[in-house]
Amino acid sequence: MPRQTFVLNGKPVTVDVADDVRVLWVLRDLLGVTGPKYGCGINVCKACTSHVNGRAFNPCSVRVGDLAAGDEVTTIEGLPGQAGLDGDDLHPMQQAWIDRDVAQCGYCQPGQIMAAVALVRKVRREGRSISEADLDTIRNICRCGTYTRIREAIVQGAARM
Amino acid sequence: MLPLERTTSRRRFLGYVLGGTTLVAAADLVVASPASAAGVPTPPQVAEVYDLNDFITDAARPTANLVTVEVREDGTAHFALPRSENGQGIVTSTAMLIAEELDLPLDRVEVTLAPARPELLFNQLTGGSTTTTSTYTPVRVAAAVARMALLEAAAIVLGDTVELLKSKDGVITAPDGSSVTYAEVAARAAGGGTRAVEVELKDRSEFRMIGTARNRTDAREAVTGRKQYVTDLDVKGALPTMVCRAPTLNGTPVRLRNRRQVLRMDGVTHVAKVATGIAVRARTFGQCIDAIRAMDVEWADGPVAGQSDGDIVEELKALDPDLPPLPTNPLAEVVEEEFLFYFRSNSPMDTNAAIADVREDSAEIWNACKVPITAQETIAAELGLTPDKVVFHVVQGGGSFGRRLFFDAALEAARISKAMGKPVKLMWHRADDARAGRTHPMSTSRVRAVVAGGQVLAFQQGHTSVETDYRHGLGEILSATAADLPAGLGNMGFAQSIFAMTQELPYDFGAVAQTLLETDERFNTGSMRNIYSPDVRTANELVVDKIARRLDLDPLEMRLRFCRSDRVRGVLERAAEVGDWGRSMPAGTAQGIAIHKEYKGASACVAEIDCRPATVGRDVPRAVTGPRVTRVTFVIDAGLVVNPRGLEAQMQGGINDGIAQALTSSLHLRDGHFLEASWDNYFYTRQWNTPPEVRVVVMPSDSGQPGGAGEAGVAATMAAVACAYARATGRVPTYFPINHRDPLAFKPKPVVPPVPQSPTNGLKLTY
Repeated sequence: MPRQTFVLNGKPVTVDVADDVRVLWVLRDLLGVTGPKYGCGINVCKACTSHVNGRAFNPCSVRVGDLAAGDEVTTIEGLPGQAGLDGDDLHPMQQAWIDRDVAQCGYCQPGQIMAAVALVRKVRREGRSISEADLDTIRNICRCGTYTRIREAIVQGAARM
Repeated sequence: MLPLERTTSRRRFLGYVLGGTTLVAAADLVVASPASAAGVPTPPQVAEVYDLNDFITDAARPTANLVTVEVREDGTAHFALPRSENGQGIVTSTAMLIAEELDLPLDRVEVTLAPARPELLFNQLTGGSTTTTSTYTPVRVAAAVARMALLEAAAIVLGDTVELLKSKDGVITAPDGSSVTYAEVAARAAGGGTRAVEVELKDRSEFRMIGTARNRTDAREAVTGRKQYVTDLDVKGALPTMVCRAPTLNGTPVRLRNRRQVLRMDGVTHVAKVATGIAVRARTFGQCIDAIRAMDVEWADGPVAGQSDGDIVEELKALDPDLPPLPTNPLAEVVEEEFLFYFRSNSPMDTNAAIADVREDSAEIWNACKVPITAQETIAAELGLTPDKVVFHVVQGGGSFGRRLFFDAALEAARISKAMGKPVKLMWHRADDARAGRTHPMSTSRVRAVVAGGQVLAFQQGHTSVETDYRHGLGEILSATAADLPAGLGNMGFAQSIFAMTQELPYDFGAVAQTLLETDERFNTGSMRNIYSPDVRTANELVVDKIARRLDLDPLEMRLRFCRSDRVRGVLERAAEVGDWGRSMPAGTAQGIAIHKEYKGASACVAEIDCRPATVGRDVPRAVTGPRVTRVTFVIDAGLVVNPRGLEAQMQGGINDGIAQALTSSLHLRDGHFLEASWDNYFYTRQWNTPPEVRVVVMPSDSGQPGGAGEAGVAATMAAVACAYARATGRVPTYFPINHRDPLAFKPKPVVPPVPQSPTNGLKLTY
């Protein structure tokens, strides 16, 4: 059985599993990291959105064998650490989510937050701040329909990032 | 069972301290619910006098005193809510009720979900937006009884009388300034055996918690990824399990031709044939997907094999009910329309899932379920066990929208676990959830109105629908069995009752008749959020606008002139004001206005839509764009509001549901199965569809009664969006969603194999 090694939330991990198993199942079923959620398995609902080397990605559509040993995977559990915060602290985007009481059922929200953080970084790289048009491009589905508060929270979270 | 006694006044109630080592308090409830009927030109409809909230509240009442609040020796309060939380916010609002009557800070109240408790009979059903209506008094009484027991214990410790003690934030203080905490007297309060206690609930003017805006109590867990849903639970030995399903809806497996090959696949541990398909258990869900895709299965066709949307439409139209004869008046004009509403999926993000560990003489199940007693009893019967041998845990669900009134995954998981002899963690693939999950049934609505001399003399509506499945009954197996009488007869009785108890047309339109006819049991249906109301109200309100044009009235003026409910008038006027009704707008854009009355409340919505070509044709990859709702003003009078922030959230969600149902969201039945197999096939409202401007107004109310929230945002929004679309385009839409007959916006996924493989290009799509 191949040994798969990568960095998960700041710590190296090694798992014995075949190359073609998607990262989502490695995280959830083998490592017990359940923040990234399953919503479709084909990279359309975006509920599993996490980061790889600081960029948003969807672990449902990456083979674990395609990760290099030095690749840094960050799930919602590791988001505060990615920002240099302690375990129990919240990332400014998470705090904005709480301030706006965004979550209803909460299922899609880890993915929404990870997508929001990546989107804010992306528009900053492009030398802009977040606009209504940027918010319109977010593909993460929320079936509870929390979109209005998600938009408000991203604007607030971006201001404090 | 404790004896029932009359309450002594409107706010005075009897309750019990149940003897033991921990302070446990119960309510004893018999409250008359006065029915009021005023003399009005249109005779009162059933829902006006006795609605679904009354029905479910009354059904829950006899067992309300089996619901208990516990105060532990650390001074915290605990309550196992016999309801199902799927995002609607009842855990938070229930904690607020307890904090209020117990004088505790909110973070010292813990509300969990109770497992199936058969002794609660009808008091463990979550549906119809009735939770707060039915639990508002019992939960507060139990909390007040606990507080009284603490005060009595404190009186002994502090050497003072109960009347002179004050409780605040978990501390009881005597006039001399001496005090004890709840923690210090909890054990003493528990002693002394079971006894009756009379309490007086707080008056509204004394509320410090109820009516204040509070965040969800699980907000931090949700944003840190720590909140657990069924598939996140770590139950020993419960390995990932999925089912290979038939290429036609509800088709059944005959045999797996390559069983040995599948069993040899990487990670696979077990394969079993069950009623709904071929189940596979493996080390990861990814390996389950691989195994399903490799299966070579012989199938028997399902009951709608070969059928498509058009066949079902014809079937419904052929059954169109004869509406009653119209009043004869030579000067009268008949306004008539017929509308069609396609199948829609309730599609929660968290797909159908359950963990089952079935042993020879017992079983344990974990599932997000709104009818756990029915589920427990049905699964016990299926496994040949008595219900007390089946432990049924109710887990928080990732959305429901009606889906979790059923326990399809729990029953299937129990069957699979029994067949494999192993614990299983069953998860439906999204493709299964979209294609075989429960749907809102297709329906038609014929509306006919007679207009003469500036008046509406008659208004008739004949609603015909594919059967809505109510076989969950009232949450326990007796009524579920009654709903399952042969030939759909039992279910039809339920359907008629629910329709009558939910539909109310709050206009003075003379002789009003709304009727329901349901047919066809072949589909997997259920009460999707707001059941009949979005379709019924949309048909109503489009015709109201049409009548307004005949009478040369503005849509708002029309509604105000004929409105026969002060509460509806109140929300209507407020919505018009806040939503700038009648403001000047460019051609191709328009406002629509609509109302709805249900759940002990009233709502009005002003929606603005942009149907100009540049907007309709805007390009978002792999998306349905179309007309954009640009602004929504939604006004809700929900009676007494426990948590206005939660209520606002429910309205915001309902708004997006209403928009989806009007514009983008449906299932296409083709050749025996639904084409939609995932998101980006099934077009629920997305960020590029959601209104950039949303304003929810919660009306002040002097009502002492809380109304329903979870579903109250959908109907008026769908109707307002439809009315706005008709005004913007000059065409009254006759089917919904309006894009259903457009060329498909996606390439349908194969039905064999039934689940798509996960892509591998994710590292190329990072941002």
